[in-house]
Amino acid sequence: MSSKNHNIRKPELISGWGLYPRFSARKEKPTSINELKSLLLTETLIARGNGRSYGDSAINKVKTIDMRNFNRFLYFDKKTGLLIVESGILLKDIIEILLPKGWFPPVTPGTKYVTIGGMVAADVHGKNHYKYGTFGKYIEWIEIINHQGKIIKCSRDENTELFFWTIGGMGLTGIILNVAFFLKPVTTAWIKQRKLIANNIEQTFKLFESNKDFTYLVAWIDCYSKGKSLGRSVLLLGEHAKKNELEYSYKKAPFKTHKKKKIKIPIFFPKFVLSNLSVKIFNSLNFLFSKITKKNKIVDWDTFFYPLDKILNWNKIYGSRGFAQFQCVFPLSKSKEAIIELLCLISKSKSSSFLAVLKRFGNHENYFSFPREGYSLALDFPINNENLSLMNSLDKITIKYGGRFYLAKDSRMKKEIFEKSDLRIKKFRAFRENELDKHFKSCQSDRLKI
Amino acid sequence: MTRKTVLVLGAKSDIGIALAHRFAKEGYDVQLAARNSNRLKEDCFDINIRYGINATFYEFDALDLNSHENFILSLKKTPDIAIYAIGALGNQKEDEKNIKQSIEIIRTNFEGLVSIFGIFANYFKKRGSGTLIGISSVAGDRGRGSNYIYGSAKAGVSTFLSGLRNSLNPFGIHVITVKPGFVKTKMTSHLKLPKKLTTNPKIVANSIYYAYKSRKNIVYIKPIWKYIMQFIKVIPESFFKKMKL
Ligand SMILES: Cc1cc2nc3c(=O)[nH]c(=O)nc-3n(C[C@H](O)[C@H](O)[C@H](O)COP(=O)(O)OP(=O)(O)OC[C@H]3O[C@@H](n4cnc5c(N)ncnc54)[C@H](O)[C@@H]3O)c2cc1C
Ligand SMILES: NC(=O)c1ccc[n+]([C@@H]2O[C@H](COP(=O)([O-])OP(=O)(O)OC[C@H]3O[C@@H](n4cnc5c(N)ncnc54)[C@H](OP(=O)(O)O)[C@@H]3O)[C@@H](O)[C@H]2O)c1
Repeated sequence: MSSKNHNIRKPELISGWGLYPRFSARKEKPTSINELKSLLLTETLIARGNGRSYGDSAINKVKTIDMRNFNRFLYFDKKTGLLIVESGILLKDIIEILLPKGWFPPVTPGTKYVTIGGMVAADVHGKNHYKYGTFGKYIEWIEIINHQGKIIKCSRDENTELFFWTIGGMGLTGIILNVAFFLKPVTTAWIKQRKLIANNIEQTFKLFESNKDFTYLVAWIDCYSKGKSLGRSVLLLGEHAKKNELEYSYKKAPFKTHKKKKIKIPIFFPKFVLSNLSVKIFNSLNFLFSKITKKNKIVDWDTFFYPLDKILNWNKIYGSRGFAQFQCVFPLSKSKEAIIELLCLISKSKSSSFLAVLKRFGNHENYFSFPREGYSLALDFPINNENLSLMNSLDKITIKYGGRFYLAKDSRMKKEIFEKSDLRIKKFRAFRENELDKHFKSCQSDRLKI
Repeated sequence: MTRKTVLVLGAKSDIGIALAHRFAKEGYDVQLAARNSNRLKEDCFDINIRYGINATFYEFDALDLNSHENFILSLKKTPDIAIYAIGALGNQKEDEKNIKQSIEIIRTNFEGLVSIFGIFANYFKKRGSGTLIGISSVAGDRGRGSNYIYGSAKAGVSTFLSGLRNSLNPFGIHVITVKPGFVKTKMTSHLKLPKKLTTNPKIVANSIYYAYKSRKNIVYIKPIWKYIMQFIKVIPESFFKKMKL
């Protein structure tokens, strides 16, 4: 009859967003709970969302379980904003459906092409961490399926340890099935944006501290400026616009924005496009361009939160070898010193870094999540030998200043470095010992021995 | 203005659920029907939240002919459009050995549709309005050695729908025959399908929606299939029987 051939799937090459490293792995994409349960038996496995983590955290060579068929809305309370969804739904779908009704995610990463499962597992932060904390803060409960196929509900009141380790646990505590969390009410789909220019690192930090009460705050640093202008940056500040702040024509339909055409890059960019010189020119132009564009304006949500999503597969511009992202956070008291040292090293090296993003985190911390109070710096590097060794040096500087690394971005760190940077690993290992660590594994957790 | 209602029989099928979303997106209320319909509860929430329309679900077994009349009575509202997205492909080689299985393929694809569409036709005639959409297949355009049990069931579907269209035309009731060609769904997940000839459930649903709006009679989702089948149909039987197809 409906012959369900459960022949073993052929391995395929998979990677994270950085296209590095690539592994030959078996991927399954179940469509029902029963099918998912049948996949849980015996071997080790890891759940995968939309593959927007940069490295190898959503890859298991034996069994990678793509959760994107679990993508339904299950419940929405128009009064409180409580939303229940299956974990494989994309953030993009949630925004497109519920923003017109006046609701927005309380915390969002820099791309809307992530699943809710991925947002929980990485406990993502946004440009509003200082005021809002991480995504985990808005979660009411999570339903997880364990390796025996049992569905366990966990929250701040029941199965609390499982709840808190799952938030930021990188898929290593089981497969997240359903998530209940709160959206926040907004009255328009627009953001009041303000741009500030900082001519050096001192000014950058000063402007951050004096504007940290803005809901959204982020800076783009020009990595090539040296000497007096080291750390010059463009700061972007944002607040949700209120209806009466919109122009007349938009007031009537405050949630209506225009869909933009997405650009798709057809091939891997040839090497010279990102040669060091062209990146330098790009960075400087970007900086100059920011200087002359309007300082205050109202932009739509997509432009403000997800500028990179305009180019669907921008990860290909770095060439076929792929790229890596380096993201760390420092304790507040050490942040400036540490970031100056990182930037000095980067500006001296021959490396080209395309993006350097600086964020200020507040004092919300979870069991195993990345953020802590202080400053976080994120940089992209095309993969080549020079950059790989540069990143090793950046690792050491980070350790020296007591910083730690973001696992959702990591694709190359050594176990020893990770252990030195994050002492919480001991507790997490103890929580996983003899049970979870036998079943839920990723290439990353193997590499870092989590 | 009250919203129109579409009933999808076989709402757990990949094409069926895609159809439910497509019509709901245009503001139709949807009724989802399937056997073991539990899973549809969540689909109803999902569709309701996404499109703000009413979605309800019902138990329906195509093979349980005695239940069909009551099934229609149990619907909250007699739908404006009924779509039959139920089907079973079977496995030709195995089904040849086990004739009971062959019969079940025929019944699921053909008999079930004859029964439920037959009853709906009578309701619609009385009301003087309605649309019936049946998903047949290009496999029904000519019997081939590799796939003739499913193929003959679909041939039955196509011929039945053609006659039904003819007979219901005076009553203002419209009948659409859909011939999708290859579609990537659960039904075909174990097969290697040629990319150029294969489409996906979303595209099928979209084409069916537009076929409904423009009152088309017979729809090939990918036009190339129309030409392929026209060619296959004109091969003389004396040749055809010797071909491996
Ligand atoms: C352009 C860009 C910008 C970004 N900006 C930010 C940012 O500002 N802030 C931030 O915090 N992050 C940011 N990220 C990182 C991204 O938010 C995280 O990597 C997120 O986890 C990706 O979600 P995903 O669905 O793609 O998950 P994947 O990459 O597929 O998986 C990531 C992790 O989640 C686990 N996981 C996924 N689904 C499940 C599930 N159902 N059950 C259990 N575990 C699961 C996987 O095992 C893996 O460990 C950015 C990424 C990109 C590409
Ligand atoms: N995929 C293709 O290439 C293709 C090509 C041409 C035509 N079609 C036709 O398109 C339609 C939809 O199929 P699909 O491709 O979307 O495949 P599918 O996902 O396998 O759908 C088939 C559905 O039929 C249901 N079904 C089988 N027997 C039933 C019964 N006795 N009562 C109620 N439901 C029953 C199945 O329900 P359960 O889940 O309960 O088994 C299943 O949901 C079918 O008519 C098929 O013949 C498909």
